[in-house]
Amino acid sequence: MELLINVVLLGLLGITAIAILTTRHLFVATMLAGGYSLTSAALLVNLDAVDVAFTEAAVGAGISTVLMLGTLTLTRRREKVKKDFRWSPFLVVLATGALLVYGTVDMPAFGDPNAPALQHIVPEYIAGTRDDIQIPNIVTAVLASYRGYDTLGETAVIFTAGVGVLLLLGRRREEDEEAGTRRPERDA
Amino acid sequence: MRHHLVLRVVSKILIPFIILYGLYVQFHGDFSPGGGFQAGVIVAAAIILYALIFGIERARQVFKPEVLLVFAPLGVMIFALVGYAALALGGNYLDYDWLVANDTAGQHIGIITVEFGVGLTVAAVMTLIFLAYAGRTRDIDDEDW
Repeated sequence: MELLINVVLLGLLGITAIAILTTRHLFVATMLAGGYSLTSAALLVNLDAVDVAFTEAAVGAGISTVLMLGTLTLTRRREKVKKDFRWSPFLVVLATGALLVYGTVDMPAFGDPNAPALQHIVPEYIAGTRDDIQIPNIVTAVLASYRGYDTLGETAVIFTAGVGVLLLLGRRREEDEEAGTRRPERDA
Repeated sequence: MRHHLVLRVVSKILIPFIILYGLYVQFHGDFSPGGGFQAGVIVAAAIILYALIFGIERARQVFKPEVLLVFAPLGVMIFALVGYAALALGGNYLDYDWLVANDTAGQHIGIITVEFGVGLTVAAVMTLIFLAYAGRTRDIDDEDW
């Protein structure tokens, strides 16, 4: 049953990806990308990675779709049509894809308890979460306590990203117009 | 989209529950999937929904950018200060064992505090980024869709 769900969801992902590639209408592509994220979130739930699924649904399907739509209002709705097909980028993509698939051959099976990543320090974290921290959600224990440094860094990264965007886009249109720094609007 | 009655009514009902769910994900993160980051984006999504339906200007009045600009660094500072608190009380940086006498209680307090900091920063930054983007465009007319 789980395999069937995975196959169906993965098939949906493939179809959505091809649809995004083929459509020239950017609004359609944006909405499909949102759907792609939502399907990924469902796939992650099926893999028992609910924390990641949460994030994917809220950020991927929600916020980034809205940001893309906001960008679309500033640009055209249609992609420029390019007729010429170039071989070199196509071959690079194909070779990279083939290498990545080849790389997965060596990877341990999904959920394999003997996987190297689960042998190193994970048993300590699991035992420590049970005995020392005593909270049921090991993910939270690892994120906030064992890997507190990393999470502090990630929070700082998010803060920095916000600062960067605000420095670039923080001034509102009206303020720009008052200052006279904004060029008159072109009608697309 | 102010005159879309159905959207307005439905989102008016939904938004409080989305925010409540965000708070649940935030403070129940020790016991169930979730945590500060997820809670932050869920709350930000609720605010963005509000802004989409009721207009950017009204959203700016309710969720003032000046206040959000304080919240964003405040979250990082809460996280960092918990680390310094552990340092001051004799432990290593971010070693929550030292926050109170009982190690496990210290871990609980430390985790819930830093997760709150993460949630605060994420919610504030996501909302600020959205408001910055949205401030570049005028409200979208219905024909544009």
